[in-house]
Amino acid sequence: MNYLPALAGGIIIGLASWLVLVSLGRVAGISGIANAALFEQGQASTQDGNWRWFFLGGLIAGGAVFAAWLAIPVPAPRSPWLLIVAGLLVGFGTVIGSGCTSGHGVCGIGRRSTRSLIATCVFMITGALTVWMIK
Amino acid sequence: MKNIVTLIAGLMFALGLVLSGMTQPVKVIGFLDITGNWDPSLAFVMGGALLVTLAAFAVTPRSGRKPWFSEKFELPTRKDIDIRLVGGAALFGNGWALAGYCPGPAFASLYAGGLDIVIFVAAMIAGMYFATRLSKR
Repeated sequence: MNYLPALAGGIIIGLASWLVLVSLGRVAGISGIANAALFEQGQASTQDGNWRWFFLGGLIAGGAVFAAWLAIPVPAPRSPWLLIVAGLLVGFGTVIGSGCTSGHGVCGIGRRSTRSLIATCVFMITGALTVWMIK
Repeated sequence: MKNIVTLIAGLMFALGLVLSGMTQPVKVIGFLDITGNWDPSLAFVMGGALLVTLAAFAVTPRSGRKPWFSEKFELPTRKDIDIRLVGGAALFGNGWALAGYCPGPAFASLYAGGLDIVIFVAAMIAGMYFATRLSKR
């Protein structure tokens, strides 16, 4: 079944989040890390070095290597307009809502934050509603 | 050393995402399709990750203890539930379901996901820019 790789992958994601916590004392939220690296240079929040770029570099390089190694199929091409609208919503929504699947879902619930639990429930619900509407 | 450890964390995160199926939009949309042909397997991704992070955040950030490479733990402190949190999460859910990518898998797919993911990531970064500009006003 595909539950085992999902569970194993989840545990590895959790361990990576723990590594960021124990080494840097930070939450491993991808949208937050990317936004800080790109648009918060020179601010107080990014005076702790350029580790964010190394994390994103590892994420991108690892994604390339492991997709090749596990022979993950390339998704079928879709409408560029759908991708642009979706990308804008994801980028805008994660910054306004202070987090994404990793920052709220994995780390936020992990540290038992009510804000993150609510955010996770909200994006799961609007996600399910969106799939239901476009199908 | 700090940057090497974070690079390793990024690589591990990517392995977890690719292995679990999170980088495959079809699977993500199948997971959100609860009224249709629901594929619940991705619930195990969050379950597995939470097994680790629930323990990690309970044990690791103790008072009097420091992270390996910084002076103190800097975790989010806000507790208020406001319209930005709920509205932002709602918009994120819409976009996540439309394309099947959230930010982590989007970055992890940049090389392997074809032209589609390049368009998505460019739009996502533009969305982050607009939100950051809006937040500063």
